[in-house]
Amino acid sequence: MEGSLNSLALLVNYIFVPGFAYGSQLALGALGVTMIYAVLNFSNFSHGEIMSFGAMITILVTYWFQGLGISVHPLPTALIALPVGIGGAILLCLLLDRLVFSFYRQQRANSVTYLIVSIGVMFVIGGITRFIIGPDDRNFNDGERFVLKARTFKEMTGLSEGVAIKSSQAITVASAFIVVAAVFWFLSRTRTGKSMRAYSNNPDLALLSGIDPNRVVFLAWVITAGLAAIAGTLYGLDKSYKPLVFLHLVLPIFAAAIVGGVGSPLGAIVGGFVIAFSELFITFAYKKVAAYLLGDGVLGDGLLQLLSTDYKFAVSFIILVVVLLIKPTGIFSGKSI
Amino acid sequence: MSFLFEKYYQIRLGLKRLPDLLRNSLLAAIMACLLAIVGFSQSWNLAFSLLNMCLISAIMALGVNIQWGYAGLFNAGIMGFAALGGLAAVLISVDPVKAAWAAGGQGLLFGFSIGVLTIYSVRFVWKRLSYSGSKRYSITILILVVGLATMRFFTDPATLAIEAVDAAKSGYLGGLGMPIMFSWIVGGLLAAGVAWVIGKISLGLRSDYLAIATLGISEIIIYFLKFEDWLTRGVKNVNGLPRPVPYEINLQNEAWFQQVTSTLDVSVVDASSLIVKACYTGIFLAVLLAVIWFSETALRAPWGRMMRAIRDNEIAATAMGKNVQKQHLQVFVLGSAVIGIAGAMLVTLDGQFTPTSYQPLRFTFLIWVMVIIGGSGNNWGAVLGGFVIWFFWIEAEPVGLWLITFLTSGMEPTNWLRLHLIQNAAHTRLITMGLVLLLTLRFAPRGLIPEAKR
Amino acid sequence: MSYLVSENMVAGYGGANILNSCSIEVDLGQIAVVVGPNGAGKSTAMKAIFGMLPLQRGNVKVLNESINDLPTFQRVKKGMAFVPQTDNIFSSLTVEENLEMGAFTNPRAMITIIEQVYSLFPALKEKRLQRAGELSGGQRQQVAVGRALMTEPKLLMLDEPTAGVSPIVMDELFERIIDVARTGIAILMVEQNAKQALSIADIGYVLVQGENRYTDSGKALLENTDVRKTFLGG
Repeated sequence: MEGSLNSLALLVNYIFVPGFAYGSQLALGALGVTMIYAVLNFSNFSHGEIMSFGAMITILVTYWFQGLGISVHPLPTALIALPVGIGGAILLCLLLDRLVFSFYRQQRANSVTYLIVSIGVMFVIGGITRFIIGPDDRNFNDGERFVLKARTFKEMTGLSEGVAIKSSQAITVASAFIVVAAVFWFLSRTRTGKSMRAYSNNPDLALLSGIDPNRVVFLAWVITAGLAAIAGTLYGLDKSYKPLVFLHLVLPIFAAAIVGGVGSPLGAIVGGFVIAFSELFITFAYKKVAAYLLGDGVLGDGLLQLLSTDYKFAVSFIILVVVLLIKPTGIFSGKSI
Repeated sequence: MSFLFEKYYQIRLGLKRLPDLLRNSLLAAIMACLLAIVGFSQSWNLAFSLLNMCLISAIMALGVNIQWGYAGLFNAGIMGFAALGGLAAVLISVDPVKAAWAAGGQGLLFGFSIGVLTIYSVRFVWKRLSYSGSKRYSITILILVVGLATMRFFTDPATLAIEAVDAAKSGYLGGLGMPIMFSWIVGGLLAAGVAWVIGKISLGLRSDYLAIATLGISEIIIYFLKFEDWLTRGVKNVNGLPRPVPYEINLQNEAWFQQVTSTLDVSVVDASSLIVKACYTGIFLAVLLAVIWFSETALRAPWGRMMRAIRDNEIAATAMGKNVQKQHLQVFVLGSAVIGIAGAMLVTLDGQFTPTSYQPLRFTFLIWVMVIIGGSGNNWGAVLGGFVIWFFWIEAEPVGLWLITFLTSGMEPTNWLRLHLIQNAAHTRLITMGLVLLLTLRFAPRGLIPEAKR
Repeated sequence: MSYLVSENMVAGYGGANILNSCSIEVDLGQIAVVVGPNGAGKSTAMKAIFGMLPLQRGNVKVLNESINDLPTFQRVKKGMAFVPQTDNIFSSLTVEENLEMGAFTNPRAMITIIEQVYSLFPALKEKRLQRAGELSGGQRQQVAVGRALMTEPKLLMLDEPTAGVSPIVMDELFERIIDVARTGIAILMVEQNAKQALSIADIGYVLVQGENRYTDSGKALLENTDVRKTFLGG
């Protein structure tokens, strides 16, 4: 009995807790990507850098607040700086749309042109971000470290394996839940949200219904930017902020969006968690779990892991490729292939 | 003011009327001048280093142009193919490590045969159970898990044994000990083979999915090269690859060389490294010309006409009975092979294989910028793009630094803003590249040397 | 002066013009039908009237006020509604959401008009929570017309409403269209089934190569031997 509880604690500590946090971050990112895809019909590669930009502004404001002595301990100061970060990301996106993307919309450019343009945008924003904040790693989480400490858990339960929940993980999951619920409520319950879905489904008919396309595009950018800033900040709180990371984060985010079905908001959420949990499940070493369940060394000396932890990031690409192979429209059949 | 505008339009009009050949030679001459300026103002050694890298970039850009310009395929996996070329350079040129083969060769081969067996059984089961719903997924996953676990049961101890063999110096299987130039062909073939598999998987997809799939696969390739130490030494890098050209130190010791340098009154060290670089330039130039000749001939042939027809109107081409997917696969494999060759050449030039140096920014997106700015669909454009963009990629940093120092020269030397700007000046090149790409796409989408109308 | 007046419209999709000089008018309570051979520019004329295609020359006026510069989505507020021939529903939205989108500029319609639409098309009420894309062809067409009616139009434009429907459904649809016109709405429609459509038309327009060839009451056109011979198959 205690063996199985211990192995459960192991799985919870190393897979479920981090999986929910990472999954929430990916889901928020993928939701932004899917939003732009649904409304503007292109794959926005610059999304990762928009996340980075929003997080950067949040960090700078956090430092400023810290200097002023403003704090909301035990919560991290970044939470009250986040609205400014969201505002900054929204301004950036609206500016980008005005200066860059609107031109290609008028031209009715094809999706590859958009893709290349968004890569150019990715360069520029990435460069600006690094130029402003520098390329270094930054830890800006000044709140309480843990909600639940491993030692406390052990003392509470008497198990030999602990379960720790970082406060950043709890904050991530909670805020992701609130944000996602808000977005879904907006899309399915409000007239404006429905008009966005209508525009995404059939733009010409939306015009014939009197829906203002500029307003839909405006809202899509606002929501995307908001999601991006939140996702970037939460990722930075949880793992620490480093501009280069966001270039690599774009791929798991796209993987999540595609696995779920691009253009489908529900798909983006599910995709985020599928990617996050697969990464952890496939690269977790089950040696200790097996030892608790079956006894030490029954299954040999191996680490009992399917892929070495080195390949953690690669798992998302493998899943992406597999999904593209067997069901290119994703789990929730997105817009089209 | 209006006078200036008039003048500008006159010049623009004049440029437009200039025959293509003249315009192209002008652009090439400007490029040559830029390199010469570096030669005179910085050093000739640097100029030749730049030139060599420009040549390799040009070949990579040509490979991408075959895929994008001829067929409209967006390959975002350039980095992966270049790295495979690099891998070939290692596997061909390095001497085999016999002790490592003895330590783990058998286990590894056995493990891999299990891996191959697993893949085939998965494919078989997947096809056989196509109508049995969730059973299909569970059985496939079961086979995959069991197969992978069994494979690792054999390969794990084998790789550990291999990596333990003289870990500081080798710790991998080594290569075949053949001349390194042979690896350029092998690198091309290796990249072509992998491209064939990737193409089979992803060429039926919507064009922007192809980009994402290839980007993902190229990342997987890099992860593989980075972490499979038994094959590539991973992050420990493979240094001291053999060269196709003489070594500086040997040249310096030659009596005739010392004599020549002393009569010309130049430093022996400088001259030797210049000669070595010039040798590389010669070989690379030959490869570049061969690739250009090959792709221009192909473009003019009926094959090229068909490719362009498919690119411009896929539906019409399909209606005329062309097998679009097969043609796309062909062109994807060919282009990737060229990138693989360039990748092998790059590692040859560096003399070392460094898996961590493969970054998508430098190897995928930068090459894309080259092709688009040069003029997609035009081979000469791709070559020029390769030269121009590599030149500015390298020179943007000193120029940016100079510019920022100049612009902030009015501030106190200890002003925090000034220090910050100077410290982060390196990132301006990212911004510059992005801006150049965006401006080209917006105002000159056909690039420096537009595709010729045929 | 008619409710909608379009004069001498010239338009095309780049290259040769499709509309060369086309004028169409319709007044409240009237049914106007546009017929003509394939490629005559019938659908193009509809799109031009609704601003989905820029005019090179000519005028579109509603209540004697030029709407040439209004973008499509703002013409809806002028009381115009259009049911395109294809892609005329939001397939991923529910039936009710489709109607709600029709009422986008006029949310009050969700209380007042929606019951009229449901009584006109009772099948839609039953399936109001189903996705519109899952309905049968005839029901989709009802959703499409219903969505357009939700804008409370003064002018309802229909592009081949009977394309691909069975003859029984077609008769019923024409009945409904007459019903709608009787409520004082102007109807402008393009039809392939020229004979049947002209029989209910107050005005008929025969378009050939983007120009008006014949304009008369529906009855007169049906009796005109030239028109019968050339366009109505004897």
